[in-house]
Amino acid sequence: MKLKKLAVAAAAMVALGAPAMAEIVFPSLSYRTGPYAANGTPFADGYADYFTLINERDGGIGGEKIRLLECETGYNTEKGVECYESTKGEGAVLYEPLSTGITYQLIPKASADGIPVHSGGYGRTSAANGAVFKWIFNYPTNYWYGASVAIKHILDQEGGDISGKTIALLYHNSAYGKEPIRTLEELAKKHGFNLTLLPVDHPGQEQKSQWLQIRREKPDYVLMWGWGVMNQVAIQEAANIRYPMDHFIGIWWSGSENDVKAAGAKGDGYKALSFHMPGSDFPVFDDIQKYVVDAGKAAGAGDQIGTVLYNRGLYAAMLAVEAARTAQELSGNTRITPAEMRDGMENLDMSEEKMAALGLPGFGPAFKVTCANHGGNGLALVQQWDATAQKWNVITDYIEPDLEVIQPLIEEDSAAFAAENNITPRDCN
Amino acid sequence: MIYREAGDFKTSYREDSQTFPIKLDRRAYWTLMVVAFAVVPFVINDYWANAVLLPFLIYAIAALGLNILTGYAGQVSLGTGGFMAVGAYAAYKLMTAFPDVPILFHVLIAGAITALVGMAFGLPSLRIKGFYLAVATLAAQFFLVWLFNKVPWFFNYSASGMINAPERTMFGAAITGAEASAPARYLFCLILTVALAWIARNLTRGSVGRKWMAIRDMDIAAEIIGVNPLTAKLSAFAVSSFFIGVAGALLFAVYLGAVEVGEAFGIQKSFLILFMIIIGGLGSIFGSFAGAAFMVLMPVLLKNVLVDGFGWATDLAAHFQFMIVGALIIVFLVFEPHGLAQLWRLAKEKLRLWPFPH
Repeated sequence: MKLKKLAVAAAAMVALGAPAMAEIVFPSLSYRTGPYAANGTPFADGYADYFTLINERDGGIGGEKIRLLECETGYNTEKGVECYESTKGEGAVLYEPLSTGITYQLIPKASADGIPVHSGGYGRTSAANGAVFKWIFNYPTNYWYGASVAIKHILDQEGGDISGKTIALLYHNSAYGKEPIRTLEELAKKHGFNLTLLPVDHPGQEQKSQWLQIRREKPDYVLMWGWGVMNQVAIQEAANIRYPMDHFIGIWWSGSENDVKAAGAKGDGYKALSFHMPGSDFPVFDDIQKYVVDAGKAAGAGDQIGTVLYNRGLYAAMLAVEAARTAQELSGNTRITPAEMRDGMENLDMSEEKMAALGLPGFGPAFKVTCANHGGNGLALVQQWDATAQKWNVITDYIEPDLEVIQPLIEEDSAAFAAENNITPRDCN
Repeated sequence: MIYREAGDFKTSYREDSQTFPIKLDRRAYWTLMVVAFAVVPFVINDYWANAVLLPFLIYAIAALGLNILTGYAGQVSLGTGGFMAVGAYAAYKLMTAFPDVPILFHVLIAGAITALVGMAFGLPSLRIKGFYLAVATLAAQFFLVWLFNKVPWFFNYSASGMINAPERTMFGAAITGAEASAPARYLFCLILTVALAWIARNLTRGSVGRKWMAIRDMDIAAEIIGVNPLTAKLSAFAVSSFFIGVAGALLFAVYLGAVEVGEAFGIQKSFLILFMIIIGGLGSIFGSFAGAAFMVLMPVLLKNVLVDGFGWATDLAAHFQFMIVGALIIVFLVFEPHGLAQLWRLAKEKLRLWPFPH
């Protein structure tokens, strides 16, 4: 009991010393430690650097400085709860959990507290239904769209017919990895392919038996829903059994430099989806160099700039800033509240022109958020790893997902959530 | 001077064998109870409830449970995480199947279901002991996690395999779900923790506990003096699993609200709780609390001090946190292998003899 009292007293002193509420506060529930650090770090760096850029170059959003509150979760849900609770009192206007597990946990909490959550390309897919998930946004795309885009790419490769083919899904055995299964089952029915499910347990270093099965059954394609160290191991194992790399397609969370570099030259030809461009050939990176890196304000080690996940973090931050700008225009306040931020997100219109004006021309798909659609239009592209040049090459245009299959699934899953939690869907007309 | 039995006369056996023989201890205990029940609920906020007190109380229950099995009955178990998962999934199935029943019943029945499962996995303990039993319970850990991942019935066929706690009430106040207030959740866990700690204390100093300890100290000798190893070991598994099941149910329903079995109830959880009782003190009720406090509160405290206080980078602080907590564990165990409870006991002994400790 004595220890508890000590802890309570000490923490209370710390809490009292915290600065008062001000500015626009964006918490970043990052993870730079643990088995997922290789992927969590570049995202957190990109997210932080873009906010630093906005502060340094533009003096904040509409004159309001951004305060980034970084909190280390280690991809652990219990630490995620601690981070959420400790940052929400600081006036947080938007949460970016970067973990499907933590997102699931925050969905009811943040909805009750009235703070929006943006889980772009992860989290609960059916949150795309804004009528049920008022506070949750997962634009520009989500896992079910991703699964559909991957299958469309395979269809494209096979000349439009994949009936009788076998597609294996190698997935992280968690909420994240299980998300696409239902969509893939529906798509298997529609296109007549066989689906093999191969779960990999956290943290994902042990995949020998799964790859033995792949070696034995020789599926025509392998899709991967992996994260952290699991990606590197999977690509290495695929190389070991000489699986044709261009038939191995990862979701956007399995397609960063850190994932393929470990396999060396053997990783050449590995494909992954993405919903934004890789590389640093965009004008905004000059500003980042000038205002952030050269000023010594880069987050982390500053060595991740232009990598896939850095760009994704930057993209998420850019969407947050644009939503905040929209919120300022709508409400007329510069110091926006979480509720105003939510309105801003719901009216976000990411056009080509806007992205070009920000120094990110063609960086991501153009999309519009509406009250009913919090998920964007789901466009994603395929990129391929070139091991000699050590870079990702984009090999397709943006591919549209099969909405005919996915929309009913979203309706069904969000209706189940609404029924479970006694939510009456909003009227979005 | 102040910490003395002198003058505190006991006139009955009952008084003589009470839990806190010294008046100051009794006063401290009742003050703590008054503060915990009558003061904290009025000042508690979401941060204190969700980040500090709920995990402390819930892990204290789990540590009590494991301490009964390992500390008192001497049966090493690495299946704690799996048994907590049983409690959590039982609570989830009950909550969704019977939405109108008060949450307390769900939690207690979830505990009872875990007790049955624990007894089933405790059967090997009649034949094997020590490290071999640890391996058998480790199998339980992996089997249970695999089961809850594999069979969709357990998570009501949800797409992601996650279980979410819907809103359930007790006396009209929401205890689970996002709308539940911090005081309601805290009080719910506090009442269960205090009740279970009281049960644990009284079980362990009664005939049941003495049988457990006899088995722990030397099972053959215990058998010769008439302790039935079957009932003693299985009752230890049952009571321990009940506690752990309740902790699992609370962890899921009240504290986290949404869990996936591999992440929340993996092998790390089994180790975490084992560390709690080793650091706190095997075979000690106070040790269970001290160990839970150390393992739960120390990282939060360090994070607050290093990141918010000193302004360190979050990853640096996280790494230092591992090192500091790890170093403290080693230091504690080097200086006092019997844990924080023994340190506390020694401190009290010295205080009694003060100013002439020997």
